[in-house]
Amino acid sequence: MNRFADLLERLAYEPRRNAKLRLMTDYFREVPDPERGWALAALTGALSFRNAKPGLIRALIMERTDPVLFGLSYDYVGDLAETVALMWPGETRANSVPTLGDIIAGLHETSKSDLPKRLSTWLDALDETGRWALLKLITGSMRIGASARLAKTAVAALGEEIAPNEVELVWHGLTPPYESLFAWVEGLGPKPLSEDPAPFRPAMLATALEDVTDWAEALSAGDFRAEWKWDGIRVQAATGSNADGTLVTRLYSRTGEEIFGAFPDLLHAFSEEGAIDGELLILREGRVQSFNVLQQRLNRKAVTPKLLADFPAHIRAYDLLVDGREDIRDLPFSERRQRLVNFVSRLDTDRVDLSQEVAFSTWDDLAAARADPASAGAGDDAEAVEGVMLKRADSAYVPGRPKGLWFKWKRDPFTVDAVLMYAQRGHGKRSSYYSDYTFGCWAPGEEGEDVLVPVGKAYFGFTDEELLQLDRFVRKNTTDRFGPVRAVTAEADHGLVLEIAFEGLQRSTRHKSGVAMRFPRVHRIRWDKPPREADRLDHLEALLRES
Amino acid sequence: MRPEDLLCPTPRGLYCPPADVHIDPLRPVPKALVTHGHSDHARSGHGAVLATAETLDIMEVRYGPDFAGSRQALAYGERIKIGDVSISFHPAGHVLGSAQILLEWKGFRAVVSGDYKREEDPTCAPFEVVPCDLFITEATFGLPVFRHPPALQEVEKLVHSARLFPERAHLIGAYSLGKAQRLMALARRAGHEAPIYLHGALLRLTDFYAARGIELGETRPVKADERKTLGGAIIICPPSATQDLWARRFPDPVTGFASGWMRVKARARQKGIELPLVISDHADWDDLGRTVLDTGAGEIWVTHGQEDALVHWCQSRGLKARPLRLVGYGDEDEGEGAVIEEAAGGAP
Repeated sequence: MNRFADLLERLAYEPRRNAKLRLMTDYFREVPDPERGWALAALTGALSFRNAKPGLIRALIMERTDPVLFGLSYDYVGDLAETVALMWPGETRANSVPTLGDIIAGLHETSKSDLPKRLSTWLDALDETGRWALLKLITGSMRIGASARLAKTAVAALGEEIAPNEVELVWHGLTPPYESLFAWVEGLGPKPLSEDPAPFRPAMLATALEDVTDWAEALSAGDFRAEWKWDGIRVQAATGSNADGTLVTRLYSRTGEEIFGAFPDLLHAFSEEGAIDGELLILREGRVQSFNVLQQRLNRKAVTPKLLADFPAHIRAYDLLVDGREDIRDLPFSERRQRLVNFVSRLDTDRVDLSQEVAFSTWDDLAAARADPASAGAGDDAEAVEGVMLKRADSAYVPGRPKGLWFKWKRDPFTVDAVLMYAQRGHGKRSSYYSDYTFGCWAPGEEGEDVLVPVGKAYFGFTDEELLQLDRFVRKNTTDRFGPVRAVTAEADHGLVLEIAFEGLQRSTRHKSGVAMRFPRVHRIRWDKPPREADRLDHLEALLRES
Repeated sequence: MRPEDLLCPTPRGLYCPPADVHIDPLRPVPKALVTHGHSDHARSGHGAVLATAETLDIMEVRYGPDFAGSRQALAYGERIKIGDVSISFHPAGHVLGSAQILLEWKGFRAVVSGDYKREEDPTCAPFEVVPCDLFITEATFGLPVFRHPPALQEVEKLVHSARLFPERAHLIGAYSLGKAQRLMALARRAGHEAPIYLHGALLRLTDFYAARGIELGETRPVKADERKTLGGAIIICPPSATQDLWARRFPDPVTGFASGWMRVKARARQKGIELPLVISDHADWDDLGRTVLDTGAGEIWVTHGQEDALVHWCQSRGLKARPLRLVGYGDEDEGEGAVIEEAAGGAP
């Protein structure tokens, strides 16, 4: 366990991707089976324990420390595993340290009633780092800045000529502790068969374009094709054949999580083998609904017939990765696009359609289309258009975010100048910083005087340096505290104005202001602007009427 | 009498009406008592300042000779009477010259701790327990997750890493007053004999420590054209400088930070720290509790830091306790930015 805990800690402190990779590869090289396989399972999030849950950890620490002190500490540290590891009372007794394999077996096998005793024995035997690693296993999210993908890349690097994607393709058929996988990459065994006929293929992502004057000269319009960027969820639908010849379809999120459970209405849409990349949208009578409508479906836990009828799911296809059984990711986009047109027409379903291309010959043409999608072909669906996508006609489908091939050029956001009212401490990477900001606009109060009404909450959009400045502002201008939330000075002449960017506005009965913002973020900090000059609620209401 | 008659929190800081003095005032006042030289406690512009000779010297190094209208030094243990109040300074173990202030009035004893630590520190006088009725304690690390390991053990990690990676510069952020010099003294104890390199913002205070006879070994300023050659060297700079342009040209730097905050992994990662050194000039959770009990005080006021947890701890032991909610004292590791600007002569 100590070796694994040491790896996790070093990964947590190592900012450089290549150095993280080297740490993991070295670990996999030095540590024998099955210990290294259990570590790989932990790093890729492949473990879950029926009886060992965060609630158990809380119960144990509550028995051993003052609950008030625990609560304050947890609020400060922002991570359950780390809080408990640091607070666990007593000196370390390291006469016998359990191995990672022992611990994982124990977590799987121990009955619910025996587990508290077992877990506390381990926690007593381990040092702080060991405790932290053990508790991380149970709470699941490692938060050490090493993705599952990076861990698989580190495994691939054990071999001479194995690309990370090859590991990805066999992955779905494997189970911990992955002895056959290690044997294969080290040249000691055959390649494991991927038992999954419809595996996930890592998605290709686009880089963001900002001001057109920054890039218009560098990119040649003739090299690119354009499509609308739809505001839904990016998905991959893969269909393959089982050994008995029946078709199996899986729906994956952009990160490879299976999400079919939530969308059974798409299950029968795929009658052909292949894999498409597209956007999941809600369509009503042929019209694309806003992300807000999709969000309403995502928020429901139970997938009822009524939900399926009211929020029909749909996939708008962007790209084809596998045509039949042929992997076509190395073909240029223009050829894949032609294959996609044919593929979608063969599907014979109204649940899948083709993403429409946007015609343009100069960047000015495209800028005009982006500014007014309704007149440029998006018609009544324009509200669900987030911007335009640019893809080089000759680009292969490359996993990750390769430079120079695909770009997203989003529509300009709306902005509003609002006054910072409350701040809350963040979690994870931002624990102990006041990083969640509630902001408000001016509106007439009950006695006619102007008061601030909260209109939204933002927790990103600022740089690390700005976060430090905001955190300092909050600490120096606190007027009241409610648990982890601080109220800050927000008066006509004293306070801080934040320029908030957002993508859209909805009416809301849940918010006192009557409006809810989509995707709000801090665009700029207006140190120069007195709060009295911030926007009024009328301004937002006018935007609402326009849309 | 009530303790509030002797000491009360005001927006300018803690005020003592019978002596008409403020302690560590945040804004200019006619008469100030200053516990130690960190910039959030020792500000310039007061009418008269009473402090230890070391603290007054540090204020002069930082602010120039005109930092106050007049000044008066008081040695540890020496008494002075202001109005009816008898005042004395006692070592706080925080940084060179740091003091707790004891105020005695009508048989009632109140101690204002300023910032303090109990762990041994080769660069300053050790903390002294001062029995009292009212103890006003800091609580920078007032949560049970904060238990500082022995500082020497942390510095040994640094010295070991510098030996292990002789091609990489070891760039360590440390507050310019106290922490930086303690780090140097401990590195010598851990067997690091090579010169220690310093960022410009650390020079004057380090020279001041050396001139007071504190053994820091050979120190050198970092010269711009020399940076590339500093593989394996230990280089100390203000915490914010590790993320500055200044830090760029060193060979493959290992970035470290010497601070009690480094015990929380997220804090280290937020700052991009690879080599966290849990070294603090403040009392940790165990020492805060121990000190509260050692003073024998029946009433505890808790200021700057994590007040709520320590107040709760005191109350659960039957002590009368309240948070002071004084605004304006940061922990020095977070507030270094202002000091660099000040050293560079620019406006904040």
